[in-house]
Amino acid sequence: MSVNTKVSEDGQKLTISIKGRFDFAKHQEFRDSFGQIDNQRPNAVVVDLKEATYLDSSALGMLLLLRDHAGGDESDVRLINSSSDVRKILAISNFDKLFDIT
Amino acid sequence: MSDLAPPFEPLTVLIVEDSAADRLLLSGIVRRQGHAVLLAANGAEAVDLYRQARPHLVLMDALMPVMDGFDAARQIKQLAGQTLVPIIFLTSLSEDEGLARCLEAGGDDFLAKPYNQVVLAAKIKAMDRLRRLQATVLEQRDQIVRHHQYLLNEQRVAKAVFDKIAHSGCLSAPNIRYRQSPYALFNGDLLLAAFTPAGDMHVLLGDFTGHGLPAAVGAMPLAEVFYGMTAKGFGLAQILREMNAKLKRILPVDMFCCATLLSLSFQRRSAEVWNGGMPDGYLHDIASGERRPLKSRHLPLGVLSAQAFDDRTEVFPMALGDRVLLLTDGVIDTCDSTEQLFGVERLMQVFADNLEPGQLFEEIEQALRDFGGQARDDVSMLEISLVEPAQLTPPALVYSDSGQSSPLDWSLSFEFRAESLKRFDPLPYLLQLLLEVHGLRVQSAALHSVLAELYSNALEHGVLGLDSSLKRDVHGFARYYQLRNARLEQLEEGYLRVHVQVAPQGTGGCLVIEVEDSGHGFDVQRVMDRPLDIGRLSGRGVSLIRQLSRNASWSDDGRRARVEFSWGAQA
Repeated sequence: MSVNTKVSEDGQKLTISIKGRFDFAKHQEFRDSFGQIDNQRPNAVVVDLKEATYLDSSALGMLLLLRDHAGGDESDVRLINSSSDVRKILAISNFDKLFDIT
Repeated sequence: MSDLAPPFEPLTVLIVEDSAADRLLLSGIVRRQGHAVLLAANGAEAVDLYRQARPHLVLMDALMPVMDGFDAARQIKQLAGQTLVPIIFLTSLSEDEGLARCLEAGGDDFLAKPYNQVVLAAKIKAMDRLRRLQATVLEQRDQIVRHHQYLLNEQRVAKAVFDKIAHSGCLSAPNIRYRQSPYALFNGDLLLAAFTPAGDMHVLLGDFTGHGLPAAVGAMPLAEVFYGMTAKGFGLAQILREMNAKLKRILPVDMFCCATLLSLSFQRRSAEVWNGGMPDGYLHDIASGERRPLKSRHLPLGVLSAQAFDDRTEVFPMALGDRVLLLTDGVIDTCDSTEQLFGVERLMQVFADNLEPGQLFEEIEQALRDFGGQARDDVSMLEISLVEPAQLTPPALVYSDSGQSSPLDWSLSFEFRAESLKRFDPLPYLLQLLLEVHGLRVQSAALHSVLAELYSNALEHGVLGLDSSLKRDVHGFARYYQLRNARLEQLEEGYLRVHVQVAPQGTGGCLVIEVEDSGHGFDVQRVMDRPLDIGRLSGRGVSLIRQLSRNASWSDDGRRARVEFSWGAQA
């Protein structure tokens, strides 16, 4: 699996890890990763990009979808461990205005 | 029998055998298995029968008079074309070479004499499976071809409609060069350009998320807003707000449009830029050779709500011959075989190696090929140069009214106070109103320019108290517009009044525009003594007003400007 999910023990934090190219091919997997947690929605979502090599614009769209699903402007979505290439792509789109990126 | 086995369908089997006894024996076996039988005594008869009745499967003796089985097999296979008609050779040949000939002639299998009923039944069944598989593959292939043609046709029609919208603009103007793959629309790339009524040029290079029809669908309303509002004289901020709100409303959450919107003013020699999510554009200062990046400062269009949307633009001075280059991420995101990106550094190298500016596109394309990138069909590039206004011919504005009525004797006064000045641009509305006067329409470009200059002078130098001498050099220019935005944001008092008076005069008429502001005024005599020169970065406004209107004058220590436009008899 190139999209893995983990819920913290207290159920408050969902971590989604992406491996490899983050593009349209991961669309379904990524949607499934947060789609199933509809009922008991965790407070925080962390997307771990440590092993993500590349992001395309449909990946950015998926992140917006996740943000919307997690509560839109009230959501707490963090993107962590982004490589410099990935961070460049996020910077061009100014996604730091929507997400906490580290 | 498993659930997946197809229901038994009787076949028509052609039996070709010169021995009457064998024909009888075989037809008995085959009929008992539930199939229909056709009989032929030699190859020639078999070919004729095949032609007439198109049986599903053939049992063929190899050695026969008139025409042998090998010839007959070849002819039947040819007649069958891509349809699989299994041919099972019936043979007493036992040497390998004979059996090989059967297969070479197009036979699919063979059955040795004497016939074994069970083996024959199994072979017929196996061949029937193959036959069905082939039929399914062919059917699916044809379906894919049909769908593909259907899709291509849809794209062709959509492209034709879209081209009418997208290319109603001025992409063919002599100061614009662009590269775009013919079906870039279906990769989400969008390229638009149009003249404003004042003769400025608006350009948009956009890149929708996603591919195919969804991306193209968003392009339509974007183009409509771009052309509609540009023609009506709206500025970048209002156009951006409208585009953003529209896309936010109609697109699903995961779709948006990265875009750079550019307004090039040939009279003021400046470029106003808004970049949301596109790679850096470049403003190429020809004199110094420097390329100033036009960075993405904003989220793409269609992401933020109208309340959160940021329409702030940046303004840069330009000199004659300077160029702006915009490109989509297809350029820097082109990958080589090891997933390495072409990247900004390689693009910079192409810039550094470029000697002839006119060859830049070709050199970028060559560099992408040399890089070994897989050819991407979503590489769009646009370059626009600052030229003398006289080199461009903006199209005549098209008015949708009948041209019958024209109000000729009226006046109006407006007062805009701080809160309005912050957010509202009254110019498009004022101009729409003035262009109801048909005599003014032929001068609409001058009217737009003069009104825009009067308004920005009164707002910037009057109400906001900005000193135009700040704009002496490039850094001051940027500083000036930063200050402008900051002061406007904090504005709490002040006003700007516009008086418009239209009166008949002989067989034509006269328009008087007066603009008053609450500022400190300026030394009118000193400014009026300056030569009418538009070569400087600062003070172009007053020169422009004096050149484009009649009897321009300032009173009340420069706090009140007055200009006239007049026109003769209507044709």
